[in-house]
Amino acid sequence: MNYLLRTLQLGYKSLWLHKLRSGLAMLGILIGVTAVIWLVALGEGVSYQAQQQIKDLGATNIIVKSSKPAQGSTGDTGLVIAYGLTRADYQRILESVPTITRAVPMREISTTGRAQGRSAEVQLLGITEDYFGINQLKVSRGRLLAPHDMDRKENVCVIGDATAEALFKHEDPIGKTIELAYNNTSDLFVVVGITQSRTPTAAIGGSLAGRDYNFDVYIPLPTFRARIGDQVITSRSGGFEGELVELNQITVTVGDVEDVEEAADIVTILLEKYHKYQDYSIVVPKELLRQAEMLRLMFNVLLVLIAGISLVVGGIGIMNIMLATVTERTREIGIRRAIGATQPDIVWQFLGETVVLSGTGGLLGVAAGFLCYPVVSGIQFAVQQSVPDLWATIPPTIRDLQPMVAPWSIIAAFGISVGVGVLFGLYPARRAAMMDPIEALRHE
Amino acid sequence: MSTASTASRLAARIIDIHKFYELGEVNVHALRGVSAEFPEGDFVAIMGASGSGKSTMLNLLGGLDRPSSGQYILGGVDVSGLTDLELSEIRNQMIGFIFQSYNLIAQYTVLENIQMPLQYRPGRPPITADEIDRCVELGVMVGLGDRLDHKPFQLSGGQQQRVAIARALVNNPEIILADEPTGNLDSVTKAEIMQILTDLNHEGRTIIMVTHEPDIAEYARHQITMRDGVIFDEKYA
Repeated sequence: MNYLLRTLQLGYKSLWLHKLRSGLAMLGILIGVTAVIWLVALGEGVSYQAQQQIKDLGATNIIVKSSKPAQGSTGDTGLVIAYGLTRADYQRILESVPTITRAVPMREISTTGRAQGRSAEVQLLGITEDYFGINQLKVSRGRLLAPHDMDRKENVCVIGDATAEALFKHEDPIGKTIELAYNNTSDLFVVVGITQSRTPTAAIGGSLAGRDYNFDVYIPLPTFRARIGDQVITSRSGGFEGELVELNQITVTVGDVEDVEEAADIVTILLEKYHKYQDYSIVVPKELLRQAEMLRLMFNVLLVLIAGISLVVGGIGIMNIMLATVTERTREIGIRRAIGATQPDIVWQFLGETVVLSGTGGLLGVAAGFLCYPVVSGIQFAVQQSVPDLWATIPPTIRDLQPMVAPWSIIAAFGISVGVGVLFGLYPARRAAMMDPIEALRHE
Repeated sequence: MSTASTASRLAARIIDIHKFYELGEVNVHALRGVSAEFPEGDFVAIMGASGSGKSTMLNLLGGLDRPSSGQYILGGVDVSGLTDLELSEIRNQMIGFIFQSYNLIAQYTVLENIQMPLQYRPGRPPITADEIDRCVELGVMVGLGDRLDHKPFQLSGGQQQRVAIARALVNNPEIILADEPTGNLDSVTKAEIMQILTDLNHEGRTIIMVTHEPDIAEYARHQITMRDGVIFDEKYA
């Protein structure tokens, strides 16, 4: 222990004599270690976001969505395209999936909401009371929609906080009415509640679009059907466009995570049987989660490989320095040998130097690694403050990215750096030890 | 160490030493059967022209090299067949080197240079405060008490050689080997260094010195002249 400590002290002392040279050799390792930690932290941050979103979807859920088929493939003529999930699908799913605990239907259109002389583009959703729960939507004022709203087909609505802000500014929207326009007519709805602001979700892969809940207006699904119906005509530039959709989405929840695959298979079979075209898509969050986990693992392996290369480059730098040092200090090696140093002593002496070099570089690299979070946050804040226009165009994945320094990456990076130091220091150290002391003493 | 009763004991003895070198294609027979005895407390000067074998002899005596044949008995131990590890310990414990070019470690202070042999003692025990005190004493003894924290480049040649002498004494070696100890010094400093060596010899230290300067060899009691790998002449003053 004492010998080891002395060896390291000796190494530190010798390196201090050549500050610039040692510093540069250290820099190679420092950058390598920092690269490992930063890359992994950014990767973990991104995948954490994705996983969080998938988890928000619920691991026990199966999400079935209507999707508009390619033009013409339905064989429909005329302006109105009929597609998507039906109420019959909903009933069949409820009856056929044995492990189901609930199924939540949803109907959705884009429209304009008006109130207090203001107007805003909103998403109008016809839902049942369970919709709030499965989407982690919480009430901030008033109340959420309740079963009796469904039964009585009430003209009531719950609005997102951005909708409330856009239409009511500083007034209290509760009890006031919103005029919602559709099919060349409009209806008035009484606001009974406002949902808490929720961070918009980013798109996950190609299977799930991003969603901003804050511009939503929720009304009871029975009211939606009674007032608006399935067919919605929207005026577009140069004509009309019509859609006939019964339901936009059904979220199926099963009791246990283990039952998800089986339930998803049943849903798939049911839909395949009754749909002529692929006018729906099935998203299984659990499956996504598994894929994301796989992707994360592969990503991490790749990052460590890349960073490993940079560490090897750093190691070669160290070896270069150490070879120069050994040549330069041939005389010193001779003196030490004459005075009683054994070959192992000389090996340890130079190995000690490389370990100090790579270890210090590694420690500084770890320290720089911890700067990842403040630096990224700082850049995000600076961009947000100084160029808000640019900020708005940045995808949420990057805007909300929070790097997460993974403890394993610190251990791995530091370990690899010291390992690289030992590995690349071994040859110069051996070369120093193998020198003939007589020759070494004669060296000028 | 300085008592008369041990004076007859041999500090070192070489018996029929041969040394061959391979220098590329050429086979050099550097030592051709050399035998000599160095009693404890002896002060020997080995002389000879370059190529006479005196340097080879010094390397062998210093445990830096092994003889091709023959025996080298140092302090009663036959060291001619030892491994590199064992020889390193012999160098550390039984030999104190003084070189022509001082050979101090540039980045170490005077005191650290004096301490250096302690660093490589068998078992590599830590250096105690008492031992550091002893190193300081040795520094004072060679006249560098006020320069213990100096680096070699801040010292004159004579002062550096004094540090080397102190370093050679740290582990109480069986013999002190001096390789042209005054080769780089002016005549005044030369005399000072030789005085220190003479004093050490009077204290009972065994000193073997290689030199080509007859006036330096005069300080020694026992003079050996080498020529063509054998002892050509040997005399006691």
